Amino acid sequence: MRVTQGAFSFLPDLTDEQITRQVQYCLDNGWAVNLEFTDDPHPRNTYWDMWGHPMFDVADAAAVLYELNECRKVYGDNHYIRLSAFDSTHGWESVKLSFIVNRPKAEEAGFWLQRSETAGRVIRYTTHPYATRKPEGERYT
Amino acid sequence: MSSAEAAIAETEAPPVETAIDLKAEYESSGVREVLEELDRDLIGLAPVKKRIRETAALLLVDRARKRLGLAQQTPTLHMSFTGNPGTGKTTVALKMAELLHRLGYIRKGHLVSVTRDDLVGQYIGHTAPKTKEILKKAMGGVLFIDEAYYLYRPENERDYGQEAIEILLQVMENQRDDLVVILAGYGDRMERFFESNPGFRSRIAHHIDFPDYSDDELFHIADHMLEEQNYSLTPAARAALKDYIHARRGQPHFANARSIRNALDRARLRQANRLFEQAEGPLDAAALSAIDAEDIRASRVFTGGLKSERKATP
Repeated sequence: MRVTQGAFSFLPDLTDEQITRQVQYCLDNGWAVNLEFTDDPHPRNTYWDMWGHPMFDVADAAAVLYELNECRKVYGDNHYIRLSAFDSTHGWESVKLSFIVNRPKAEEAGFWLQRSETAGRVIRYTTHPYATRKPEGERYT
Repeated sequence: MSSAEAAIAETEAPPVETAIDLKAEYESSGVREVLEELDRDLIGLAPVKKRIRETAALLLVDRARKRLGLAQQTPTLHMSFTGNPGTGKTTVALKMAELLHRLGYIRKGHLVSVTRDDLVGQYIGHTAPKTKEILKKAMGGVLFIDEAYYLYRPENERDYGQEAIEILLQVMENQRDDLVVILAGYGDRMERFFESNPGFRSRIAHHIDFPDYSDDELFHIADHMLEEQNYSLTPAARAALKDYIHARRGQPHFANARSIRNALDRARLRQANRLFEQAEGPLDAAALSAIDAEDIRASRVFTGGLKSERKATP
């Protein structure tokens, strides 16, 4: 299955050229672009690991693509990598755009539903990703 | 026309061009303003202007070729400016970023100006991230490295300049359409730097030498500077300035336009002093901006230069 988190996630994978255009749009609007990676696909996992610092003082998308390719070299095979753009204008001060730019090579097995019966035969539901049964770093290999 | 006919008319391909008028392109693309502005703002510097004119012509021809469907490759634009102190290397590099952006060769047109300290780290592992950060900031624009020869210090083996050079060389080759690198420095030292780093010399397409200014050009520059600062020279002062330039050139440590700027600053100092001591009654704007011959003639240049330097020369 394909994890559908962030913008453009229902579309086929973005090509490098499309990513460049998106990044240039973010930079032209003055948003700080940041790269993050993780191998835990749970939808409530919002804090991914950061790759370097947010790129505040970069004017051109080529620099961001350079960092993305460096990140892909290290984590591209078995991690999700996403790009987020932070808008610091007054009143917003949060992420404006975030989309996945790299998916692990192995097939995403998906999620299983855990049902637990609590007091009074009430059922509580939780989702677990199949991937997290293995330790970090060994998923998607 | 019905909507169906209009739709069919729109999907027909536009007529293929077979010939393009370069003069018309020159007028419409904004290249003319760029070159005229260049002529106005920079005085002298014939080789620089010639090279920029050639680059502008290449741009026009490239555009025409693109419209005719021919293949085209971004030319290498890395440059090296060599010349004596005060000949305008840094000034032209600043202008170059704007020019190349207006000519359409670089995307953003900002200039990142660095020296050795911004590229080289102080301990092992510090250099690479530092250089890469600077390169990322400069992408889409121009990276100007002043006094580039300091990057390479052969006598100190704990020096990490070589690492910075290697990263620079790699980026200069692989990302030619993302970044333009301009090196600047004094001629003989740059020559030695290139000898020890042959990779650099081959990656730089344009080696431009900045010639010394002539006396007339220096006078023109002085005029320009004074006009910007709202000062004017009396006719006697003009003659005095011409004599000054001629005399100063022969004395040691002559730094072209910078020497002229310093001389004008000193002349303004003497003028201020003269007005302060000798003025009777209120002064109007013209009196406050006029520099007279005595302000210039008072200089030690006319009596043979500084005492310390006079002793040194035979």
